[in-house]
Amino acid sequence: MSLEYENDGALHAKLIEEVLSQYPDKAAKRRKKHLSVARSGDEAGEVVSECDVKSNIKSIPGVMTIRGCAYAGSKGVVWGPVKDMVHISHGPVGCGQYSWSQRRNYYVGTTGINTFGTMQFTSDFQEKDIVFGGDKKLEQIIDEIEELFPLNKGMSVQSECPIGLIGDDTEAVSRNKAKEHEKTIVPVRCEGFRGVSQSLGHHIANDAIRDWVFEKKDVEFEAGPFDVNVIGDYNIGGDAWASRILLEEMGLRVVGNWSGDATLAEIERAPKAKLNLIHCYRSMNYICRHMEEKYGIDWMEYNFFGPSQTEASLRKIAKHFGPEIEDKAEAVIAKYRPLVDAVIAKYRPRLEGRTVMLYVGGLRPRHVVTAYEDLGMVIVGTGYEFGHNDDYQRTGHYVKKGTLIYDDVTGYELEKFIEGIRPDLVGSGIKEKYPVQKMGIPFRQMHSWDYSGPYHGYDGFAIFARDMDLAINNPVWDLYDAPWKKKTEPSAAIAAE
Amino acid sequence: MPQSAEKVLDHAPLFREPEYRQMLAEKKLNFECPHPDQVVTDQREFTKTWEYREKNLAREALVVNPAKACQPLGAVFAAAGFERTMSFVHGSQGCVAYYRSHLSRHFKEPASAVSSSMTEDAAVFGGLKNMVDGLANTYKLYDPKMIAVSTTCMAEVIGDDLHSFIENARDEGSVPRDFDVPFAHTPAFVGSHVDGYDGTVKGILEHFWKGKERTQAGGTINIIPGFDGFCVGNNRELKRLLDVMDVSYTFIQDASDQFDTPSDGEYRMYDGGTKIEDVKKALNAEATLSLQHYNTRKTLEYCEEVGQATASFHYPLGVQATDELLMKVSAISGKEIPETIRLERGRLVDAMADSQSWLHGKKYAIYGDPDFVYAMARFVMETGGEPTHCLATNGTSAWEAELKQLLASSPFGKEAQVWAGKDLWAMRSLLFTEPVDLLIGNSHGKYLERDTGTPLIRLMFPIFDRHHHHRFALMGYQGGLRVLTTILDKIFDKLDRETSETGVTDYSYDLTR
Repeated sequence: MSLEYENDGALHAKLIEEVLSQYPDKAAKRRKKHLSVARSGDEAGEVVSECDVKSNIKSIPGVMTIRGCAYAGSKGVVWGPVKDMVHISHGPVGCGQYSWSQRRNYYVGTTGINTFGTMQFTSDFQEKDIVFGGDKKLEQIIDEIEELFPLNKGMSVQSECPIGLIGDDTEAVSRNKAKEHEKTIVPVRCEGFRGVSQSLGHHIANDAIRDWVFEKKDVEFEAGPFDVNVIGDYNIGGDAWASRILLEEMGLRVVGNWSGDATLAEIERAPKAKLNLIHCYRSMNYICRHMEEKYGIDWMEYNFFGPSQTEASLRKIAKHFGPEIEDKAEAVIAKYRPLVDAVIAKYRPRLEGRTVMLYVGGLRPRHVVTAYEDLGMVIVGTGYEFGHNDDYQRTGHYVKKGTLIYDDVTGYELEKFIEGIRPDLVGSGIKEKYPVQKMGIPFRQMHSWDYSGPYHGYDGFAIFARDMDLAINNPVWDLYDAPWKKKTEPSAAIAAE
Repeated sequence: MPQSAEKVLDHAPLFREPEYRQMLAEKKLNFECPHPDQVVTDQREFTKTWEYREKNLAREALVVNPAKACQPLGAVFAAAGFERTMSFVHGSQGCVAYYRSHLSRHFKEPASAVSSSMTEDAAVFGGLKNMVDGLANTYKLYDPKMIAVSTTCMAEVIGDDLHSFIENARDEGSVPRDFDVPFAHTPAFVGSHVDGYDGTVKGILEHFWKGKERTQAGGTINIIPGFDGFCVGNNRELKRLLDVMDVSYTFIQDASDQFDTPSDGEYRMYDGGTKIEDVKKALNAEATLSLQHYNTRKTLEYCEEVGQATASFHYPLGVQATDELLMKVSAISGKEIPETIRLERGRLVDAMADSQSWLHGKKYAIYGDPDFVYAMARFVMETGGEPTHCLATNGTSAWEAELKQLLASSPFGKEAQVWAGKDLWAMRSLLFTEPVDLLIGNSHGKYLERDTGTPLIRLMFPIFDRHHHHRFALMGYQGGLRVLTTILDKIFDKLDRETSETGVTDYSYDLTR
């Protein structure tokens, strides 16, 4: 169900010009490359727009980038959800404290006993650790974890900034202690200053799986013909569960889910699967490419946001396995059709034509577009915190001509764009939520699902639709103006006079 | 099919539906390679024992679920309490994303700060260029009146010199010559967020006061509140009390408006805060009072150096602590404490008397920042409660000694234990082995409530999973009423829950309590 529309490219071009005029020259020159308006693609007959921006390069100092760091990409995204391992935030206390339980990677387990997802393990570096090095401390920490949390299946050492600067050898410590305790211990060099965003942290975390998990143990596992891994689903609010149920219903066996609700065993056996299904391409394509090269496992991108993409994905996945699975996939699609129809019948009239601006991480700025369109909503602007060129290329398939595109947007730009466009809904993160709502514009957090979810699959779509409706159609937005005060246009948020 | 358009099921009920329960059970069985259930149960039971507690408390290196954050968070919070001030944190950029998120999740408000976005090359060559470009961009884009610079641990480890970097940036024209750029080195591997607060406030005072002539204005008072997740309610309540007393005062650092802007269509990046002019004038105050001693040790030393009288409190909450604050203010200002405040005091005491039977002998575990824990222990004892466990991950030995002295002063503190430097995984063992009736802390305590069944009362930063509590004062007599009511609600709700089973326990399900 693809909506036909075109966005106001001229307005968007003007907004870009306006924000750039406010920067010092040097910064304006650099920011200019990250902002654009989607054009029609060159290929005749294809509905592809071009989102031609520079990406994955350093943020400019002092502009209020929304990006995080490599540690956030590794501990926060890739490793943190592996539930039966202890993930040590190695360095000062803050990184682990601020990221503690914030990504909503749902899991089942007895926390503190056999699972450790919503805990904060830190080496709490003190000055003496910086001066004399922290390797001895790390050794002791690993021993103490073994004593107090003996049911852990392994550990990871998530390096914070100082580790790489003071020359600690976490690899040697991990290797020795792994041998001593006969446990998997994975050092991850995800110091926050590495790279330009969370993205390098994803890559480093993927490499750590390759180097420290794969082929380290004999994996006893009888592989079946329909075995798949789900890669890059972090089970935020239960996303992976709402996806798994569909894959199983169509006859596939999900032998590993990376990394939401994952166990170490699911990661270890991944190379035995027949196909890697990758949802978050940005954070986990590296390991899929590795498994393809090393073990000959195909990988396939899919999209479980909204019924149109879910259906298309189910069919694409089924095709890989042949008629038996294809038939079952059709049965699954047919089974959920009444739910989809009912959800759309209920919510589309309340959301039709409403405009949306997105600014999220590395996948959702494109992946959720069609889910909104399934509800009759219109995407007027989108951008990635840490997307790469290949993400923007893929974005062209999703967005319409005239869409405003912003890469590594700054606080200033996003605010001015939102003010200029005044969309009916903004989907972004916690740091953006409250400024936008102050302007009187409905908002949904699209990292954490604003404490709701799941949004994946059919069950998730119903929740997604309801959430967008309750955000937009809440009566509070009409109460902003005091009745005795003459209505004025909202003034510029930042007095940039 | 569990989901329906009519009644959309959220994650909580959705995954309790039979389809999902079966799916998850099979996932566990076939793919997770779990430990046998009995092994898990045995280990869980073992963690409740004295034997486990001893191992747990003997930990020397590992920290699990600490109740503290790092210095720059305190710096960003402190800077938010000054007029049109932008926090500029020199170092890696991810840290700033974390501080902003952390503050926003607690206050449900915007939290602005910028980073100098240092990366690997800056780690090698230093971050001077980042400072020079960064200050220029911040100044131009965000139109601040002041930029308060602090540091992440990255910049501290490589040893960047803020003073010379900022001077360099001025020379290069990033900001005008006379533009205010106070700074503080805030290494994350020293102290905690309360020290980052201290350093930043001191840095700002030094910036404005250094080399200036002090002409004492008798009777005027500076108030430094300290890092306080309840600053919105507390600062406003204290200002009301001081206004009622007609005292001449200046709040130094006041984030109460910054973290409580109205929704009226306008996003205010900056709101309220101590005016720069008032910071300058505050040099002349007769005295500076700190509401949180352990948040302001260096700042108060500096205030003494410039010739001000100083006094510090421990989060003045409850009857006697508020009495002391008001009497001190009265002594310095020469203003009487008016009758209206005495009546307010009487109303708090009245409420405590009305409810004393429900509070007497109740045992508490209290954790949080050092001054808060001191304050709560004191108030709990005023109500006849017993602060059994008092824990501050960022508590020092001086704090421990001071608190022990307080506890020794009351029969209700006789059994109390003080745990400086311990974390919430240690608290878990304490609660299993020496249980209490109520746990006072922050949202992280919900895991303790789940594991040990001890009801949690959220009165400490950060509170992520309850809304708007920070808008109400805890300090002063009015704040005491709020704290008292919150504790009582928890007690009564628990009692009602325990006595609500029809025909079994509901003989005690009393209408009047």
